[in-house]
Amino acid sequence: MTHPHYHLSELDALEAEAIHIIREVVAQMERPALLFSGGKDSIVMLHVAIRAFAPAPVPFPVVHIDTGHNFPEVLEFRDRMVQDNGLQLIVGSVQEAIDRGVVREEPNGSRNRIQTPVLLDTIEKNRFDACMGGARRDEEKARAKERVFSFRDEFGQWDPRNQRPELWSLYNGKVHPGESIRVFPLSNWTELDIWNYIADREVEVPSIYFAHEREVFDRGGMWMAANEFAVPRDGDEVVTKKVRYRTVGDATLTAAVESDADTVEKIVTEIAATRLTERGATRGDDRVSEAAMEDRKKEGYF
Amino acid sequence: MDLLRFATAGSVDDGKSTLIGRLLYDSKSIFEDQLESVEAASKARGNEYTDLALLTDGLRAEREQGITIDVAYRYFATPRRKFIIADTPGHAQYTRNMVTGASTADLAIILVDARKGLTEQSRRHATIASLLRVPHLVLAVNKMDLVDFSQDVFEQIYKEFSDFAAKLNVPDLTAIPLSALEGDNVVERSARTPWYQGTSLLHHLEHVHIASDRNLQDVRFPVQYVVRPQHSSARDYRGLAGTVASGVMKVGDEVLALPSGLSSRIKAIDGPHGSVTEAYPPMAVTVRLEDELDISRGDVLCRPANHPQPTQDLDLTVCWMDDHPLVVGQKIGVLHTTRMARAIVKDIAYELDVNTLHREQGIRQLGLNSIGRVKLRVTTPLMVDDYDDNRTTGAMILIDEATNGTVGAGVVRAI
Repeated sequence: MTHPHYHLSELDALEAEAIHIIREVVAQMERPALLFSGGKDSIVMLHVAIRAFAPAPVPFPVVHIDTGHNFPEVLEFRDRMVQDNGLQLIVGSVQEAIDRGVVREEPNGSRNRIQTPVLLDTIEKNRFDACMGGARRDEEKARAKERVFSFRDEFGQWDPRNQRPELWSLYNGKVHPGESIRVFPLSNWTELDIWNYIADREVEVPSIYFAHEREVFDRGGMWMAANEFAVPRDGDEVVTKKVRYRTVGDATLTAAVESDADTVEKIVTEIAATRLTERGATRGDDRVSEAAMEDRKKEGYF
Repeated sequence: MDLLRFATAGSVDDGKSTLIGRLLYDSKSIFEDQLESVEAASKARGNEYTDLALLTDGLRAEREQGITIDVAYRYFATPRRKFIIADTPGHAQYTRNMVTGASTADLAIILVDARKGLTEQSRRHATIASLLRVPHLVLAVNKMDLVDFSQDVFEQIYKEFSDFAAKLNVPDLTAIPLSALEGDNVVERSARTPWYQGTSLLHHLEHVHIASDRNLQDVRFPVQYVVRPQHSSARDYRGLAGTVASGVMKVGDEVLALPSGLSSRIKAIDGPHGSVTEAYPPMAVTVRLEDELDISRGDVLCRPANHPQPTQDLDLTVCWMDDHPLVVGQKIGVLHTTRMARAIVKDIAYELDVNTLHREQGIRQLGLNSIGRVKLRVTTPLMVDDYDDNRTTGAMILIDEATNGTVGAGVVRAI
C-alpha cells in the first residue's frame, strides 16, 4: 500500500481519527467501556476498536443497554460478535429495572427514554469513567453540537452550554470520581461513510439492514413491523412489503423503509441518493419536539 | 476523495449559520425532513422566510435567542470533496468555542456584514485564525444585497482587512462578496456583482490547494499506547501505537526515542488492515522496533538528525478561555501530544490587543478570551516544535487542576 503523494482517502482518514480517539480513551481513562447495541454504527466502532489494539484483545468490556424490545436477528448477531471476538459483555436490562420497580414503563410503551436511568445505573455499578458510543454528528442537530470527549457530571447530565473547549486532537479526559466522559469516535462520519466503510472493509451487519419481505403497517407515515412490540390497532392494514431497516433501535418505535437494496453495494447507492435523514425516516423518538434529542441527552441519554 | 475541514467565524448576525444553510441547501445536502422541520419552525416563529440558520443552531437556547452558542459540525460533499464545517459562535463570550472550531481547520471563513464593516470580533477572529495557523483565510463580505452590491463598499472592507492581515501571519487570503440569504456568489457566480472577477465560495472551497499544508519532512511520532498482548499467540509482540504527527516513517529507518535518547530501527509498521512499509500523517499505526527499548506513552519517536530538543521551559502564545484569569505563579495542567504534565506560570510577557495588535506589557494576568505571551516551567520535559512548523507538536491545552476543565490553548512560538 504505497501512496506516491502520501495522501489518505477520506475513509482512511476517518478510520485513523477513530483509532486515535479510542486509543486515547484507553490510555487516559481508568475503566472505559464500549456501548454496543448491534446497530451498524456500534458494529463499525467495534470493528475499528479491534484494529486499534491488534493483536492484543480490546482492553475494555462491551455494554448493551437492553430495552427488551429487540429484533431477534440483532440479539443473535450481538452474541455471535461477543463469542467470535472473545469480548466481555455486560448487559444493563430495562426489563429487570422495571421488575425491580426502579423505572416505570411509559404510557406509549416505548422504552427509549427509560433506557437512560438503566444506562446511568450500569455506569455507576461498574464504575465506568468513559463510555464510547457510535453516535454521529450528522444524525441529529443536538448531536452536531457535542464534543468527541463529552463531559458528564455525577448525574450523567450533559450541559450543552458549558462544554469543555476541544482543540486539535487533544482530548481532555480528566474527571473527578463519579463524573464520566462519553466518547464518540465516529463523530465525523456520515451515514454514507458508515456504509462505504462496511462495503470497503467487508464488515458484517445484521440481516435486517438488507431488503427482505416483512409484514408491516402504516403508523404516522412510517412502516412499522407487525409483531409483539408494535401491534396493529383496529383499522391498521397489515401488508407484506419489501423493506429494510436504516436504523436499529427500540422495536416499538423503529420503522422500516421500503427498499430493494439487498446487498451492501445497493445500500450505498440508496443512501447516496436518499432525500430523508435516517432518523427522520425511521425514528419516532425524535418526533416528540424540536429539541427531543437535546432534552434526552441532558438527562444522560447516549 | 479529499477531506477539507473549514470553520466559519464572524460577529453576531453576520449570517454565518445562514451561509452554511445556503451552502447545504444549494449543494442539495439538506434532507427533506430537515427542511420541513426548519420550515415549520420558521413559520411558527412568524418569520417571513425560511430561517436556514435553524439547521445548525440545534440547541434549545440557540433557537430561542437566535444566536449560535457552540460549534455545530456539519457535513456535505460535492463530487470533488467532502467537507466538514465547524460553524462557530460570533458572541465574544463564546470565543473559546470559535477556537475549538478553528484549531483543526484547513480554512477559515470570516464573515463581515457589508453594512457594518470590520468589527472587533472580525479582528479577534482573524487574529485567532492566524494564531492557530489556519492555512487559508476567506473574507466573506456578506449582505451585499443590502448595499446594492456596491464594489466600493466591498473594496473598502477588503482593503481594511488586508491592512490588518498584513500585520498577522496570513499565508493565503481570498475575499468574496456575497449574499448568504439570497445566494449570490455562494454556489454560482452572481450576475449582480459583474465587477467581481473571482470564483464563488463553493468553487473556492472545492479547489483550494491543501495537500502541501502538511509537514512530511520532520518525523514526529508521539507514542500513545504500548500494545503488548498477554496471550500465547503473540507473546513477543511489543508495538508502539500512535498517530503520525508529521514526516514519513519507513520500515528500516533509524529512529531516536525522546526524552530517553535511545535509538533503534523500525522493524515493522502495522496498520489497521495489516502491515505497511511506510506511515505518514494522519495515519494511526503500531510501530515495532528492532530493539526492546524502554518507551512508553508520552515519548516521541523522531530521526537522529532531525528531532526537537526536550525542554521544561515553554514560551507560548496562549488563548485563555476561562472566567478565572490566568495569573503569574499559578499551577496548571498541560496536555501536549500524549504527555500530561504540570506547570507553573513564570511570567506573562504581554497581552495582545486584538484590535490594534499592540502588545501591552507589565500585566500580571490574562482574562477570559484574552491572548498573551506566557512563560511556563513544566515538571517534565516536553518535545515541542515551533507551531509554525508543526500544528501537532507545537500545540497544547491547559487544564485547571481543580475543575479539570480545559481553560487555555497554547502554541509554541519560540524555543
